[in-house]
Amino acid sequence: MLLSQQKPLEEILGFLEREKNIFIFGCNGCAEASGTGGKPQVLEMKEALEKAGKKVTGFSVVDFLCQKALVQSRLRGKTKELKAADSILAMTCGVGVQAVAAVSNKITHPACNTLPLGGMRGEWQGSERCQECGDCVLDMTGGICPLTACSKFLLNGACGGTTKEGKCEVDQEMECGWRLIYERLEKLGQVEKLRQVYDPKDHSKMMPPKGLRLSERWALEQGK
Amino acid sequence: MARVLREVLRSGEFVVTSEIGPPKGSDVSKMSHHIEMLKDKVHALNVTDNQSSVMRYPSLGGAILIKERGGEPILQMTCRDRNRLALQGDLLFAYSRGIRNVLCLTGDAVPVGDHKTAKSVFDLDSTQLLRAIRTLESGKDMGGNTIEGKVEFCAGAIVTPEARPLEPQLMKFEKKVDCGAEFFQTQAIYDMDNFRRFMEYAGRFPVKILAGIVLLTSAKMAKYMTENVPGIFVPQTLIDELAQAPKGQALKKGIEIAARMVRAIKEEGLCAGVHIMAIGREEVVPEILQAAGIGFNGHKASDAGT
Repeated sequence: MLLSQQKPLEEILGFLEREKNIFIFGCNGCAEASGTGGKPQVLEMKEALEKAGKKVTGFSVVDFLCQKALVQSRLRGKTKELKAADSILAMTCGVGVQAVAAVSNKITHPACNTLPLGGMRGEWQGSERCQECGDCVLDMTGGICPLTACSKFLLNGACGGTTKEGKCEVDQEMECGWRLIYERLEKLGQVEKLRQVYDPKDHSKMMPPKGLRLSERWALEQGK
Repeated sequence: MARVLREVLRSGEFVVTSEIGPPKGSDVSKMSHHIEMLKDKVHALNVTDNQSSVMRYPSLGGAILIKERGGEPILQMTCRDRNRLALQGDLLFAYSRGIRNVLCLTGDAVPVGDHKTAKSVFDLDSTQLLRAIRTLESGKDMGGNTIEGKVEFCAGAIVTPEARPLEPQLMKFEKKVDCGAEFFQTQAIYDMDNFRRFMEYAGRFPVKILAGIVLLTSAKMAKYMTENVPGIFVPQTLIDELAQAPKGQALKKGIEIAARMVRAIKEEGLCAGVHIMAIGREEVVPEILQAAGIGFNGHKASDAGT
């Protein structure tokens, strides 16, 4: 289970500033349980975007957005709506956003922050990883998370340790995350996004939120 | 006393810096010897910070030794081992001990070094560290709190002219300029045509570029570097030149190559100066300088002869 929380609408509209036609993806997995990406939230978002002058070309709520094969099969059924869209808004956790970005070939914006739960629960099969940093940056990085794809969790671009084969100096089997980000942004025509200087991460957002720690569910999980 | 680096950078003189690697241990006699040997022959001396993620005597300690001996230190600071509290605290300490120059680096990854099980920090990266320095100078720390006493640094960063792909490297270079870098010491360069092209671009920015000259000690080392070290390209002609050196003469050839490059950069006025790195062979730096015709007394305005 990954817990997500919708980003403020202003932040989302900021992502979509230069885009008019949007396709929305929701998720019937953890995002539905979090109340951030189920069908009701997708419909609410559709209304909010339309109110802000956007055109929603279509939407789809997939059982598990983190499953790329599943996402791909849904994409096939929505070819027309997707083609008409300038970008995708993914109302899901960081893994789901990255999975959509990986298979859609389209600019994919995160609608949510993934909140820390204090440890990893379960597993997923894909290569996308989410650190639950509580302040999703996937909008700036072509839908590839620098916190998990870069061995130094850098926010402002590659270090000097990218090997000649484009791998990470730490492990010859590991791709340089920032090379992947650069290539993705290049493909999407968004390389200019690399110019933004990112402030240091707010690590206080990487602690499970107080409200969550005080919840009954949390207590049950801890066996209290 | 040494002239402050910022003044030298602004003077338009050909700037020469080199570096000192602190010891593995508390015995600083060899490092002190290197400092004595080099402090009057270059404008400033870098001190590496747990280079290659190998735990050593700290760069801050080395920089203080240089200062005490009348040299001009450049404190290298990486973001690998300290979070923003420790980095800011060290900057305050450095300033209080007369250190005025900082080179901001992200730092090598922990697993390449000799403490592979350590936790890597990277709370900040090189661009954010540059910005943190400028923030401290404004009288506030990164938490927005007022600090007592002023802080002022000549801040620098590094750039890799041979990075491939080059475009994101140049964008990061520009970010570092925006974040307050005044000078850049480049990763080792060996191909003058590539470097010329890089300078056509970098010359447009209001920063001083010091070309990184890393001493080649053998054909084998040169080949290893070009094949394995990120961001380094050694042309085959240089590898051949080293290979053809008579037995036992490869180091001499390496010194000759380094001197030739320094001389060419100076004569062509390609960039503001050079940063000579003789990793572990600090004692040959004077030879490189002599062979390059750099015979100034680093602490005096050589051209004016004062």
